[in-house]
Amino acid sequence: MEAQAGRRAAVMAARGLAVAAVALAAGIPLFVIAVVSLALIPAAGVGIILAPVALLSVRALADQQRTWATDWTGVEIARPYRPEPAGRSPWRRAAWVLGDPATWRDVLWVLVNIPVGFVLGLVPAACLVYGLEGLAVAPWLARITGYGWGPFWPLADYGFLGTAATILLAALLVLAGLPLAPALLRAHARFSRALLAPTRDALERRVAHLATTREEAVDASAAELRRIERDLHDGAQARLVALSMNIGLAEELMKRDPETAARLLAEARQASGTALTELRDLVRGIHPPVLAERGLDGGVRALALSLPIPVDVSGDLPGRLDAPVESAGYFAVAEALANVVKHSGAARAWVELEHDGRRLRAIVGDDGTGGAIVAPGGGLAGVERRLAAFDGTMAVTSPPGGPTIVTLELPCALSSPRTSPSSGTG
Amino acid sequence: MRVVIAEDLALLRDGLIRLLEAFGFEVVAAVDNGPSLLRALTEHRPDVAVVDVRLPPTFTDEGLRAALEARKERPGLPVLVLSQHVERLYARELLSDGSGGIGYLLKDRVSDVAQFVDAVKRVAAGGTALDPDVVATLLTRHAAEEPVQRLTPREREVLGLMAEGRSNAAIAARLVVTEKAIGKHTANIFAKLDLPVSEDDNRRVLAVLAYLGV
Repeated sequence: MEAQAGRRAAVMAARGLAVAAVALAAGIPLFVIAVVSLALIPAAGVGIILAPVALLSVRALADQQRTWATDWTGVEIARPYRPEPAGRSPWRRAAWVLGDPATWRDVLWVLVNIPVGFVLGLVPAACLVYGLEGLAVAPWLARITGYGWGPFWPLADYGFLGTAATILLAALLVLAGLPLAPALLRAHARFSRALLAPTRDALERRVAHLATTREEAVDASAAELRRIERDLHDGAQARLVALSMNIGLAEELMKRDPETAARLLAEARQASGTALTELRDLVRGIHPPVLAERGLDGGVRALALSLPIPVDVSGDLPGRLDAPVESAGYFAVAEALANVVKHSGAARAWVELEHDGRRLRAIVGDDGTGGAIVAPGGGLAGVERRLAAFDGTMAVTSPPGGPTIVTLELPCALSSPRTSPSSGTG
Repeated sequence: MRVVIAEDLALLRDGLIRLLEAFGFEVVAAVDNGPSLLRALTEHRPDVAVVDVRLPPTFTDEGLRAALEARKERPGLPVLVLSQHVERLYARELLSDGSGGIGYLLKDRVSDVAQFVDAVKRVAAGGTALDPDVVATLLTRHAAEEPVQRLTPREREVLGLMAEGRSNAAIAARLVVTEKAIGKHTANIFAKLDLPVSEDDNRRVLAVLAYLGV
């Protein structure tokens, strides 16, 4: 029990040391670099490239602290950052990093954390280390050599009394250090949360954003259901009625007018083929079977083969995505490709799929005439809405003359690693 | 017999025209939307109208409303409403004026050509043709209730066919028994359900439907 408490305190103290070390060794240089890079924005302009790098490093440090706070003390600190813009435009990235208030709170945290993290992190370790020294080393070593009082040197001149006082003091230090280690680590986590967690403002913005995207998602799914109902009602269902009508009439006419009956039956056969085709197309529009069977890259590859222009699909996803994300990603890519076919006049197009562990990125490019815009009510705006429901983003670069590049990003994890290409329902 | 057809899908419209003409009907107008239907009904004054529930411009229950509207001006105008789904609600609206000459069938029924033509003729004659699906839901809803439970299975079968709008002769032919036997069954049914006995086929049907609470 005692040993366990001791070990726990030792671990906590070591973690405190890590906090203190990071506060100084990483905090000071990062703060300096961040300030310098910011100063270089108006001065030399290189800051535009440098500042996001520096500020993202600050962010990484803050993320480290968030992880530690959760893992070590159970204090959850949510990430307050705005979603990363799709694409690699340095201007957009700079605007994204510099425009996020959370970035500045991060910088403030790094600065304040230099003393606060240092002190809070160091005190428990100091208590334990000096306490143990005072118990186990200092008085005995001093007895032999006359030196080695260490931190207890003011007591050196009091002989036996000094030794006793040293031991007493050291014991008190250890006793204080045991509860202090977890307490100060927790205090530091709370201090970090005050600066690193989303502010009320940010949360309110987030809630507003979620409310909007939810509404859009609900609208979109209602419209989608309506479209499916309509397609079925006017399509396959009507064809089946016509089909059965033809067969019925042919049955009646079989004796009276065999020629007409035969013609009706031929029509019926044709209608049944058309109904099947329509059903297949409808199913493909709801959830393409190949997407269910092969996942996003298989689905996109199959889609590419069905388009009138050659489309190269590159990249490989090491696993399957969650079904809703997979579906959203597929239809976003499908819409972007449909746009290419309809408007760009491109001779070829390409799709790149990649997943960096946190986000799925799909890049759809073509060699067409460019000039694509995200018009309200247009296909690309639909893609943006579709992605927004998953906190995904879209970036379009389409200078006149082309090429057009649409970058789609969706934050998501890869779930089941793929076993074999033939897995899933055959 | 002069018919007006309202169906927006050309495929089905053409099929209906062909089918009805093959059985000696004269199709005086075939329209594809609600407003033209109303115009055709007042203009041509057909013997019967075959109407799709869902029509442009609204693609809701345009056809149903046009039929009800036309019947307001010309009560008893025979209308056979076709739909890809049947709703008790619509059946009730169609039958509520109690004047007969109403048919309400799933489009699928068209495939049994002879029966469908029979239904059109029955409606044209002021009778009723209610889809077996609607009747079935009505009967299941009342199946557990007292008076309906007193009916024998055969009587329930007869009640169902009666509710669809068939005459004793038609029911007899369907169940392969004599008309006299059916007459006995119907008398029993009316007695057990406390319904007024009526010789008129249509009044009889309406009584049954009112009883079943369409």
